[in-house]
Amino acid sequence: MPGDIKDKVAVVGVGACQFGENWDRSREDMIVDAAYEAYADAGIDEPQKQIEAVFCGAVYPREGSAEIAEALKIFGKPISMVSDYCQTGTDAFRFGALAVASGMYDTVLVVGFDKPKDRGVSGPSVNFDRVRGLPATPAGWFSLCAARYFETFGAGREDLAKIAVKNHHNGTLAPKSMLKREITVEDALNARIISWPFGLYDCAAQSDGAAAAVLTRADLAKSFRDDYVLVKAVTIAVSEHPQRDPNFDFLGWKPTQYAAKDAYRQAGITDPFQEIDVIQLHDCFTMTELLTYEDLGLIERGSAKEHIASGTFEIGGELPVNTDGGLKTFGHPTGATGVRMIYENTLQLQGRAGPRQVKDAKVALSHNIGGPPTTCGIAILGRDA
Amino acid sequence: MSGIRAHGAYIPRTRLPLSLIAGRPAKDGGPEKAVAYDDEDSLTMAVDAAVDCLRGFDREEVDGLYLATTSYGLREKQGAAVVAKALDLRRDVHTVDVSGSLRAGTSAIDAALNAVGAGAAKNVLVVASDCRMGAPRGALESKLGDGAAAFLVGKDAPIAKVLSSHAVSAELQDYWRLDGERFTHQWEDRFVVEEGYVPSMIEALRGAIEKSGKTAADFSKAALFTPEARSVGGVMKKVGLRPEQLQDFLFGRLGNAGAAFTPILLVAALETARAGDRLLAASYGDGAHAFAFEVTDAIGKLPQRRGVRGHLDRRRPLKSYDSYLRSRGLDPKEWSAGADLGLSATVRYRERDADIGFVGARCFECGQVHFPKTRVCYRCHSKDKWEPHRLSDKQGRVLSYTFDYFFPTAEPPTIMIMTEVDGARVQVQLTNAEPADAKLDMPVEYVFRKIHNAGGKPNYFWKASPVLEGV
Repeated sequence: MPGDIKDKVAVVGVGACQFGENWDRSREDMIVDAAYEAYADAGIDEPQKQIEAVFCGAVYPREGSAEIAEALKIFGKPISMVSDYCQTGTDAFRFGALAVASGMYDTVLVVGFDKPKDRGVSGPSVNFDRVRGLPATPAGWFSLCAARYFETFGAGREDLAKIAVKNHHNGTLAPKSMLKREITVEDALNARIISWPFGLYDCAAQSDGAAAAVLTRADLAKSFRDDYVLVKAVTIAVSEHPQRDPNFDFLGWKPTQYAAKDAYRQAGITDPFQEIDVIQLHDCFTMTELLTYEDLGLIERGSAKEHIASGTFEIGGELPVNTDGGLKTFGHPTGATGVRMIYENTLQLQGRAGPRQVKDAKVALSHNIGGPPTTCGIAILGRDA
Repeated sequence: MSGIRAHGAYIPRTRLPLSLIAGRPAKDGGPEKAVAYDDEDSLTMAVDAAVDCLRGFDREEVDGLYLATTSYGLREKQGAAVVAKALDLRRDVHTVDVSGSLRAGTSAIDAALNAVGAGAAKNVLVVASDCRMGAPRGALESKLGDGAAAFLVGKDAPIAKVLSSHAVSAELQDYWRLDGERFTHQWEDRFVVEEGYVPSMIEALRGAIEKSGKTAADFSKAALFTPEARSVGGVMKKVGLRPEQLQDFLFGRLGNAGAAFTPILLVAALETARAGDRLLAASYGDGAHAFAFEVTDAIGKLPQRRGVRGHLDRRRPLKSYDSYLRSRGLDPKEWSAGADLGLSATVRYRERDADIGFVGARCFECGQVHFPKTRVCYRCHSKDKWEPHRLSDKQGRVLSYTFDYFFPTAEPPTIMIMTEVDGARVQVQLTNAEPADAKLDMPVEYVFRKIHNAGGKPNYFWKASPVLEGV
């Protein structure tokens, strides 16, 4: 029987660099920005002494752990690299939390980062190293639920557009977001198509960025800061390949459904819509956000359209989602995204989220989904024990 | 007696209205030529024609596969082996490439008839396929067309018995294409016709008629290669053939299909032939080669095929000359497609059953079909309890779709679909279709296609195509 991690590990510092097309910032620049902001947030002034291990997540670089060691000048200590599609950041956080919970280390650093804008292409690159499964673009993968879902539940591109409008608005409220521009439903509907039904505004903004978090044992957390937050659950789940699974119904993504079940078990959550106050979820595409409302069990299957229309998931709604603009406008440096969500949820739980603050947020969930998609990571943080 | 047991053909749906070449708008019913699209080449057309030919026949019975083409891209590495794998033929099939001449198609037929006649093989599949190009807006461009024809040659109940075969060789420089060149050259057309075509054809036809013991009047149709419509009249007159004996050579619809031209015309002749009819077929190229056939009662029992007629009637005329250039890779590109090494030869080798053969695996514990093959069953979790399961000849159903504008292709979007076939899930591209044609739950068939040119060579897999009404 798997156990749980509830209330054993605390987040005592978070940081993020400015997200965007950071043409004049290197990976080292961004890693240092994020980590040193997290150190300062935790009150750590001798990181080389106080940090006992580092857990990193990044998808694009190939230099491994040495790059982090060199950037942070942390030597002679364990540094691990995770690379597993879009749930990389949450998985790095999971390894960090498990390492602390195991009693092996008191205080660890988690860093997620990526710099896709050094590759010379806007958007993902296309693979020609095989003949099957092409075109293997993320937009193509994630659009595969659209036709069937639309037909079954009567939703359409207008519902997706409203999600883009919401996340564009939220991004204007987050200082470190990449895009700070309101859009209209018409803007979204009229944009050029990337992979139907996704137009340009249905797709996340690929950006550079890094985010960091300092984790420590719950019983040591108070020595860093009073308003630390607790890890209530962290898990990943790997599903059947949706393009091979003979039973897949193309109405929702299984990785999220699997991971949510385990995360709620760990956190003791039985009614997620009522018990969770704020959510950062993986809006790589607007349709992913729509399906995730349902895959997380927040609302009934097929009812997303009504909730989108009524503003359930807007800031000020019953359950605000992607308060910082999400992948859509905060930006999506793949390996950083899960840790950026920890950053935003920690600020929300500590009441430090400024104009996008969700009132009296006590429980926050973050969610990544990646691959075709096949993998999901979920972390739940809470203010109170 | 050896003969043709079955026939099949493939003519690409894409057509170039000839007026577009001259910069004039296309007219309904105006002359056009058949054009292999972006995802087609002489090998994919060969597979299509062979599939058509093998309708109703057991692929296990095929002992040899002779592929005739002048336009397979690789100088060293056999095309027939790819076609045999795509058709999921036996491992001990004798594969042969016949090339180098416009007579390759009839040479392959002759070789197959001889192999069968000598008892060296029972059934030989002959596929002639060509995809030659004239230089953009050059003299040959409007004359050449693309297509393929296939024959199953054997002794068992042939629909057409061979009566005679007569070849002549002639050395002159009429058509040629140098190594590495994309476009065919032709010497001055009157020289080609007067010194090459006319005398060679007369000699070959006279020889075949004489050897058959018949006279020209005994033949109902003559399927004759011709460089252009007006060249054939003189040949027929000299041989004693009347104009009504000429098999329509499809100018303005197909175009001169090179090594596949005479084979395609022979298929067309067989499509309307009745028991007792006699047919002549003659090809030209570095000489000429003529055959005489007699159609038997068995022709009435041949299951219906798509053939020349079925393919000619299914058309997708291009809307602009630009889209012709793009579909043939004749437009300038920012990046060279062949810049990298391409697919790993070892990966391609391991995946040959899936990628070329479109063969999956069926779990014999629970019956679940998987594609690609997987060692542990998705459904019952038994390990290594599988047998090969061919999917290429099955129909699938569309479960979902998207239109991808990102993937580099001649005319985006690429229609990507999820299909279910025999319980297996397969993601493929949809060809022969526009986005508006994609519908949930629509039936599709699978066709062998070129996916891209990574490594500077054609890389193949299967695509889906909307199921056609009728055959």
